[in-house]
Amino acid sequence: MARSKPKNTYLMGIRDALPFLLVAGPFGLLFGVVAAESGLSVPQAMAFSTVVFAGAAQFAALQLIMDNAPILIVVATALAVNLRMAMYSAWLAPWLGAAPLWQRALAAYVNVDQSFACSAVRFEQYPQWTVAQRMAFFFGVVTPIAPGWVAMTALGLWLGEGVPAWMALDFAMPICFLALIGPMMRTAAHLAAGFTSVALALLLAGVPYNLGLLVAALAAMAVGARIELWQARRAAA
Amino acid sequence: MSDATIWIIILAIGIGTFLLRFSFLGLLGGADLPEWVLRHLRYTAVAVLPGLVAPLVLWPGATGGDPDGPRFAAAVATVVVGYFARNVLAAIGAGAVTLYGLLWLTGLSG
Repeated sequence: MARSKPKNTYLMGIRDALPFLLVAGPFGLLFGVVAAESGLSVPQAMAFSTVVFAGAAQFAALQLIMDNAPILIVVATALAVNLRMAMYSAWLAPWLGAAPLWQRALAAYVNVDQSFACSAVRFEQYPQWTVAQRMAFFFGVVTPIAPGWVAMTALGLWLGEGVPAWMALDFAMPICFLALIGPMMRTAAHLAAGFTSVALALLLAGVPYNLGLLVAALAAMAVGARIELWQARRAAA
Repeated sequence: MSDATIWIIILAIGIGTFLLRFSFLGLLGGADLPEWVLRHLRYTAVAVLPGLVAPLVLWPGATGGDPDGPRFAAAVATVVVGYFARNVLAAIGAGAVTLYGLLWLTGLSG
């Protein structure tokens, strides 16, 4: 099989990201709409989407700003919502760690749910990829998503009204991520980790600052790793 | 809340979020991680993403948090097709068809 060049993995990343435009689009639009209603200035709302670049945390922060919460609470809540990205960072380190520092810094800026999820599928599918090819893929994924997110925020600010309810675009995000999850379930260990994650996330949904998800994720990783170890031992025995 | 306060909040969240995203990738670099760490990291995606969307499936924001038949069925269809077909686009298609189909049907009866 011919080795694909970095350019090809970049294009592959763009292609893999296209379904997620359906997610980032309405989500960004909605953020623009809510930001306009909340009284944020246009530069402030745009700065939110470019500097922070994290949908769920932006919504959480905006809600607290509207509630006039103390600064520290607003910042801590948004960062707690984004804590999962430190886990993505840890996952990325073995795959992209050998790249130059400036590339890793740039990759960190666009280390979001979509780029992580798409990479989790492809990096494990093509372990022979070089670091440069992986990096190209990673940036390929965010190439349509990042400008799309910012542009849709602007459109939402300008429109100032909601997307028609019949389009049910609220559910585009769950469907896109669920579609990635199915093919990821390759072994019993993956399945067990997935079920642990769902069960604990639902059980701990009431825990403030989205910290329930973090506990659920750490527990699920431990379950996956433990089962993998058992299976390896049984296979060796 | 004053303009200046909001700017401080945006910058603080922006910097903090970048540091979270940079953390391991930036500081570990190409260092070799112990096998037990790698074994845990292999399950990051299946440990975070299902938990991230599960509450949105069971308690969708669009219905004010009330469980919704069409959305739940669409989620199940997406996972089942994704799992058995091993194809992301087929899974998204199955989810979308189920969601719009059922929303249309329930709209007719309601």
